[in-house]
Amino acid sequence: AEPLTSPDVENVKLLDRYTNRKPANGTLYLTATHLIYVDASAEVRKETWILHHHIATVEKLPLTTSGCPLLIHCKNFRVAHFVIGHERDCLEVYTSLLKLSQPVKPEELYAFSYNPKMPKDNREIGWKLIDLKVDYQRMGIPNDYWEITDNNKDYEVCNTYPPEIVVPKAVSKTTVLGSSRFRSRGRIPVLSYFYKENNAAICRCSQPLSGFSARCQDDEQMLHAIKQANPGSRFMYVVDTRPKLNAMANRAAGKGYENEDNYNNIRFKFIGIENIHVMSNSLQKLLEVCETKSLSMSDFLTGLENSGWLRHIKAVMDAGVFLAKAVKDEKASVLVHCSDGWDRTAQVCSLASLLLDSFYRTFKGFMVLIEKEWIAMGHKFSHRCGHLDGDSKEVSPVFTQFTECVWQLMQQFPCVFEFNERLLLEIHDHIYSCQFGNFLGNCYREREELKVFEKTHSLWPFLLQRKQEFRNPLYKGFAAYRELQPNTLPFSFQFWCGMYNCFDKGMHPKQCVLDHLLSCVSQKLQLEDNASELENKLPFLDGPLPEEACTLSKIINTSVESSKTPMLNTPQDYEGEPPALLTNGMIAGDSDVKLDQDQKNKDSLVDHHDFPGCNGTTGVLESDTKGESLQPQ
Amino acid sequence: MEFAELIKTPRADNVVLHRPFYPVVEGTLCLTGHHLIFSSRRQDNVEELWLLHSNIDSIDKRFVGSLGTIIIKCKDLRIIQLDIPGMEECLNIASSIEALSTLDSITLMYPFFYRPMFEVVEDGWHSFLPEREFEVLHSVTNEWRLSYVNKDFSVSPSYPPIVTVPKSIDDEALRKVAMFRHGGRFPVLGYYHKKNGMVMMRSSQPLTGTNGRRCKEDEKLINATLRPGKRGYIIDTRSLNVAQQARAKGGGFEQEAHYPQWRRIHKSIERYHILQESLIKLVEACNDQSHNMDRWLSKLEASNWLTHVKEILTTACLAAQCIDREGASVLVHGTEGTDSTLQVTSLAQIILDPRCRTIRGFEALVEREWLQAGHPFQQRCAQSAYSNSKQKWEAPVFLLFLDCVWQILRQFPCSFEFNYYFLLMLFEHAYASQFGTFLGNNENERCKLKLPQKTMSLWSWVNRPQELNKFKNPLYEANSLVIWPSVAPQSLQLWEGIFLRWNRSSKFLDESYEEMINIIKYNKELQVKVNLLRRQLAELKTDDEMQESL
Repeated sequence: AEPLTSPDVENVKLLDRYTNRKPANGTLYLTATHLIYVDASAEVRKETWILHHHIATVEKLPLTTSGCPLLIHCKNFRVAHFVIGHERDCLEVYTSLLKLSQPVKPEELYAFSYNPKMPKDNREIGWKLIDLKVDYQRMGIPNDYWEITDNNKDYEVCNTYPPEIVVPKAVSKTTVLGSSRFRSRGRIPVLSYFYKENNAAICRCSQPLSGFSARCQDDEQMLHAIKQANPGSRFMYVVDTRPKLNAMANRAAGKGYENEDNYNNIRFKFIGIENIHVMSNSLQKLLEVCETKSLSMSDFLTGLENSGWLRHIKAVMDAGVFLAKAVKDEKASVLVHCSDGWDRTAQVCSLASLLLDSFYRTFKGFMVLIEKEWIAMGHKFSHRCGHLDGDSKEVSPVFTQFTECVWQLMQQFPCVFEFNERLLLEIHDHIYSCQFGNFLGNCYREREELKVFEKTHSLWPFLLQRKQEFRNPLYKGFAAYRELQPNTLPFSFQFWCGMYNCFDKGMHPKQCVLDHLLSCVSQKLQLEDNASELENKLPFLDGPLPEEACTLSKIINTSVESSKTPMLNTPQDYEGEPPALLTNGMIAGDSDVKLDQDQKNKDSLVDHHDFPGCNGTTGVLESDTKGESLQPQ
Repeated sequence: MEFAELIKTPRADNVVLHRPFYPVVEGTLCLTGHHLIFSSRRQDNVEELWLLHSNIDSIDKRFVGSLGTIIIKCKDLRIIQLDIPGMEECLNIASSIEALSTLDSITLMYPFFYRPMFEVVEDGWHSFLPEREFEVLHSVTNEWRLSYVNKDFSVSPSYPPIVTVPKSIDDEALRKVAMFRHGGRFPVLGYYHKKNGMVMMRSSQPLTGTNGRRCKEDEKLINATLRPGKRGYIIDTRSLNVAQQARAKGGGFEQEAHYPQWRRIHKSIERYHILQESLIKLVEACNDQSHNMDRWLSKLEASNWLTHVKEILTTACLAAQCIDREGASVLVHGTEGTDSTLQVTSLAQIILDPRCRTIRGFEALVEREWLQAGHPFQQRCAQSAYSNSKQKWEAPVFLLFLDCVWQILRQFPCSFEFNYYFLLMLFEHAYASQFGTFLGNNENERCKLKLPQKTMSLWSWVNRPQELNKFKNPLYEANSLVIWPSVAPQSLQLWEGIFLRWNRSSKFLDESYEEMINIIKYNKELQVKVNLLRRQLAELKTDDEMQESL
């Protein structure tokens, strides 16, 4: 068990975000890793677990008659509103949480203390699960045009790239080094995806240090080599994902964008995705809307529009679609960059890969994609997710946007992904949780220095263990759909309630098609087993087989039970009625609150804590679902 | 009148058809009394189009040289374009379509000419008789009776001949109450909640006027629905302000002083042209593909469509909450009691009563709470989103109801026996149909038009097994509980199946629906197989045992 860092605080209320319901009353505990709230007022023990790493902000609000309110906003969009009886307790919790939620040294991160109690070998095997070389092989690399080099083994080319990078076979190390001196932070053009069907490639880099007139022969040679590596096309695209104005402003700082005249046969294009600060503000505005109590439809839609969030999502998607079309339809290679080539570039390249290659829409493929385009290529997870106490201006929901783009694709193409929405949410939780080593640090070199491969676990094997719960029952297989051409008209984008109001279960559909279909899938496997077993038994039957008959009926019984989940829910606050309706005790009387189905599922990751039902990162037992959602028996 | 008089050019060749999701094709256009028919004369009939004139909402024509173009906007929101060579032909065809799609006389409408190509197993005109509904009610309570006071439609022209009222109130009292209520729509039973015996009544506004007229019989009638010592709720679908204004025109609302056992709640569900304009704006926004994200969201917001959906759902939930949670009876009315009132009472029943979530039960609900209750379909559905006429009585009241049902279905995907296609089908038939079900504005008119004798009922067609299969929800598992939808804006969505239907391909969504059906069907078959094997196994065992014992 983790040592408690402060004494338990009793007489704490947890307010429900959306209704005037009677708040829960209970005890607050702080462990080294979690804040735990145990609701004492419910008949069934209910716990809310919040990982310290998930806490984005803690606010102490002005004292009220019922106590001292403490408002916690989490990075996974949970909002917990506590009211603590004594102001002194509140202050103590507040100070502790401030400290606990902002670790200063990397060693304090959860991943270094997280111990799933498994053999040492498993950890090593876990880290070897994703091998990027295998993915390059799958694309057909090395081939006549491309090779995997260890040019960067001592981070000589670029200290935020991995040691092994894929570059055109035709370029020498000198050219590589030359080009690296002309690219911001040395992030030279390297291969992201190779489209076997027509040899077109997607490459990525950072902005050139062109200023107003500077040029670099090695860099020009590099781009020429990339173009030449695709003999089927006379030109290549160079895509700057920034708004033109931003790129132009960079020229004054000696950076900028490629001059079409200096490079052979390039077609230069701006795409106009905003920078990390704009995105961060946009999300902030969106969350403010999502959090508003008794929100009117008009305020919601206006707020959604004013936040600009869906506009940004559409911009990222449009860029991904542009890349995929260029590669597939125009057979042209594309070089993508933004400023440093680790935010927008990562979003756009990984989306294009998802659109072009059905492998990336499988479990394994999606993990490869994240390892390749995000982790290996130096998306600064530590800064963007604010893992450590530091510059808050660096924090930005870049990966969140990518996750949402994938979700938007799932809405348009329900049968093309092997996994479901829950995998996206789970991964999204873990980029903040710091429970696994994958997302620690800002680049490969930092992870090496932190010794994450020796000291921490990789997330992927833990997710694969839970494949059943993350699978998409409607998936039609690897070969059913190849390239995707999503509709990017504005009406094709939906607000993702499951993400931004993830913890407001009352807002979600009360019956879940996914759960229903998942139970169908497991039922199917059992039935098939049984049918074939029975078929085998039939001709050779020479005596009673009580055991057999018994299991069968058990299966049938359970399947019937699981599919006929009885429902108990209560009306929400259908705002606007006179208070008499609300104070009549009708809403408070929800005594049958039980575990939520999907939280039960989440439970299965690892039981490494002494507290019952903890999975270490997300709240297993919800308090804020009280009386709102479907409560299966 | 002969249709032939209206058709000056019955046929045109070399016409080019543009329509959503199909390649542009050339062929022959024919006009008949009720249909616009286009055929490319290919063997497989793939490129045929049959369009009911009554489905046409508006047409535009334009000319480039002698090539005319007619743009036809349909009530189901589809837009098609016909390029017709020859100015005269084009003008003739356009004027014919215009005339044929706006026939004044109901008896000239297609349902009076339609002869079904299927065998009628069950005549839908007799599928949902009030007497049979009452039998069900009578088996659980004897506090109610059927009244035939309106059998000649003299008490209330928009009420059906048979209504359910409290047993203790005689027909004489009903006549008096009818004088006190707008359009004679005295309070009648809409729904009886078996669980606790609470009821939902509906009516029109009381005619209190500015001097606060009262009617003892009215007070007695609605008090008769209360249990001793219990209070009830009156849900007025209008805002207090609107209700107060209504007094100047002789209408009004129940004064606390005269109805001390009732607590009045005002909501504000919009009516008439406000809804119609909302639909027009929404469809405009959906059809304009040049919008950027901000413009789309602001147009969606400005249409107010989802605001209406939210308000109607909220009011219905409130009514259901009063009945189920408060244990109180409810009276719902607006002004006439034919629009927002019916939205609320019918949605509340879907929330409360599992029967209404079955296909049959939903049909009965539409029949009971909309058709028999006198929602003026003929007026409300005369035009849809493309109409230019600013008639006061056109409004997508029923479409909003269907949209709300769709929202609940989305939130409870396993609790409804029917699927989205069923709701879509009802939308289409309410606006243009070969069946007589949605013709006329009330039972009185339907009776005069002799619809049951002269036209086919929609239900006769829908309730055939081969049709029903298309409308069955594969996820359905009877759920006997009350279902409480979320009305948070985050939980409500644009009904893409209606509003984006012609603007984006639904290929991948349709495929996923098929896949879902297949998964569930396969499991059912497996289950049958396993059961069969088990039985065989058991039989073999008994055979063996018998042989052993011999």
